[in-house]
Amino acid sequence: MAAELIPDLESLEAVSGSVPVRGRALAARAWSGTWPKLAAVALALCLWQAVVWAAFWPDYLLPGPLAVFGRLGQDLRQPEFYLGVAITLRRALEGYLLAIAIGSALGLLVARVPVLRKAIGSAILGLQSMPSIVWFPLAILLFQLSENAIIFVVVLGAAPAIAGGLLNGVDHVPPLLVRVGRTMGARGLALYRHVILPASLPAFVGGLKQGWAFAWRSLMAGELLVIVNHQASIGQRLQFARDLSDAVGLLTLMLVVLFIGITVDSLFGVLDGGIRKRWGLLSD
Amino acid sequence: MSAILQLPRDPAVSVEGLTKTFPAGDRLLVALHGVSLEVARGEFLCLVGASGSGKSTLLNVLAGLDQPSAGAARVDGRVALMFQEAALLPWLTAAGNVELALELRGVGGAERRRQARELLERVHLAGAGNRRPHELSGGMKQRVALARALALDADVLLMDEPFGALDAITRDLLHEELERIWNGSGLTIVFVTHNAREAVRLGDRVLVFSSRPGRVAHEVEVELPRPRSLDSPELAVVAGRITDRLRAEMGRDGS
Repeated sequence: MAAELIPDLESLEAVSGSVPVRGRALAARAWSGTWPKLAAVALALCLWQAVVWAAFWPDYLLPGPLAVFGRLGQDLRQPEFYLGVAITLRRALEGYLLAIAIGSALGLLVARVPVLRKAIGSAILGLQSMPSIVWFPLAILLFQLSENAIIFVVVLGAAPAIAGGLLNGVDHVPPLLVRVGRTMGARGLALYRHVILPASLPAFVGGLKQGWAFAWRSLMAGELLVIVNHQASIGQRLQFARDLSDAVGLLTLMLVVLFIGITVDSLFGVLDGGIRKRWGLLSD
Repeated sequence: MSAILQLPRDPAVSVEGLTKTFPAGDRLLVALHGVSLEVARGEFLCLVGASGSGKSTLLNVLAGLDQPSAGAARVDGRVALMFQEAALLPWLTAAGNVELALELRGVGGAERRRQARELLERVHLAGAGNRRPHELSGGMKQRVALARALALDADVLLMDEPFGALDAITRDLLHEELERIWNGSGLTIVFVTHNAREAVRLGDRVLVFSSRPGRVAHEVEVELPRPRSLDSPELAVVAGRITDRLRAEMGRDGS
């Protein structure tokens, strides 16, 4: 019976695996995932324009989408704009990588050492509820108005989320897998390396994603507060736009912040989806 | 029965007065009470009993995952353990799962890949090495789990209802494969099941466990020639006797 079934299965696979069908199916799937997003963007723009037309505020305070996108088009042709984005992204990357290093080490340590877990396990989660902007006065005292003050707060914002993600992952490794690892002779570090850490990967990626959100927020708060000379970052330009009552410039920069946030977030979505697919946690 | 029963001089597994208790609220739950048994080298021993008869606890103690509360359990050589769930690591391929077992034993790179391929061939999964666990059927997963257990090159293979979740046809096939792999390999197998027929199909000897506390209540030497068929009337007669004993044990427990 099995022998009869196999050729059928193969021919089935051959049909669905042929290139034109798969290509069209991919396009269809991409479109079915894209159009709701496009529709949402269109709706948001319509709402924005409607509020502008309602004229609650004069249009030099609340400009419409057309003016803002016009300015965005101009900005995109200017090297200073890219310089500002580059400064902000460099800070984000530096702070975030540092937060990953510190958060992972912290999470691992707390997971491994029972005393540490009792001492600071819940404090790590508690730390996350602290609004990162609260740290800035202290950061400015410690590091003056420098980039270090910003990075300090970015790390403080993101590291607990990353540590928490790892901790959560380690805590929720299926006990059966740990038993399997132990019967295969994995103990201590080997058990962590081959079983516990890979098994906590999905939760860790969740922590990374949350950590990025915290890092990005902290960074924007920091750039608004901590003005470093000759470093016209996005946040700094945002602050200048407010000082100059340049509402169009301000909204343009807000769009850029939103765009970067969404882009990185969707990268995490791709990473998460990849892992889920590999593990068979997606029903296609 | 006792005529053939010759106590092995150098058993692969010996358990002496083993008692295992677990705290259950303010009381102690006695999972195993004074269990003594020996398994000869190369023997296929089946343990049957209702749930709660401590069979799994016994395997855990033998595998070194649990400590006895009293008495002693000794296994001569390396131990591998298989569960009802295949428990494959979902981030590794089928071959990767087998290779990890080899790696943890200290088998190096190329040799590891070669041995993993061989082991997968032995369980008739030659073409499935690159598939991930979620792409395998229940029976195939258990085959990979078997290959992984064999990769440990164990002297004693402990199996905790490994085919309990499979359909009848797949289970039948896996019985054949397990018997083929075991036959003449010198491997000692301790196989836990709640299915008397399965026990008689596979075992050289069947131990019937009583429930709460778990004790060895009865012992049956299976003298039917191999390979045995699950559907043969001779097998059904022996299995029927074991089922009767099981019923009697459960009746005594009042459940």
